[in-house]
Amino acid sequence: MKPIQPIKKRWYHYLWIWSVFYFAMGFFNIIFAWLGLISFFLPFVFAIGFGTKDFCNKYCDRGQLLRVLGGQVGFSTGRLMPSWLRSSWFRYGFLTFFMSMFGQMLYTTYLVSAGAKELSEAVTLFWSIRVPWEWAYTAGSVEPWQAQFAFGLYSLMLTSAIIGILLMLLFKPRSWCAVCPMGTMTQMICKVRNNNE
Amino acid sequence: MGNVKRRHAAVERGVCVACGSCEDVCPRGAVKVMKGSYAAVDISLCIGCGRCEMVCPAGAVTMEVAE
Repeated sequence: MKPIQPIKKRWYHYLWIWSVFYFAMGFFNIIFAWLGLISFFLPFVFAIGFGTKDFCNKYCDRGQLLRVLGGQVGFSTGRLMPSWLRSSWFRYGFLTFFMSMFGQMLYTTYLVSAGAKELSEAVTLFWSIRVPWEWAYTAGSVEPWQAQFAFGLYSLMLTSAIIGILLMLLFKPRSWCAVCPMGTMTQMICKVRNNNE
Repeated sequence: MGNVKRRHAAVERGVCVACGSCEDVCPRGAVKVMKGSYAAVDISLCIGCGRCEMVCPAGAVTMEVAE
């Protein structure tokens, strides 16, 4: 794809660094994965508090990473995703699936905290591929449920990042944004909030 | 003299995911995300360069010709 850069460089165009930093920190110490909650809560703060998608529009580190790799470096083909991937049913279906997996991750964390399940020192990619990750956790450094949540959240973040990068390589740089569950939820919130004003 | 035809961007609201990619690359500030819901084009500012269409991941932006 022919490189397309933002007209004016702003500080938030460098937020992709946070994405790289986040995954690097989680590689060495999984407890840092808890910082991923920032990316979960901030979009809601903007949508509920201000009725905007400013997080997606400007401050999303994932979006900035995909923009830089795809639009600036030129790794993207620049093709439009097939229409079924851009359809509403896929978007809302993916949101439902993603939230179900998030719920399952929370349930696993609960089971570990209740002593009904052993801590799994692994990252699970695509909700099925178990990748050993035991070097990133020192037993006893935190409660087992805290480590379980960290492994779960890191799995979710890494899986969605890989999907985003694959979409960026095959299609337009920010194709992930067309299916991103956070973007879908915050757009729904903004529409409801602004219609009610 | 015939009418002058101008190319400008247009956004299909129902398709737009309000990601802001278009706003980021517009050289004239003609396209803006409105209330976190959809992008809208001010055709008086749009120069029809097509950058917004190229980056839109949802296929919501098309170029139209107006007289």
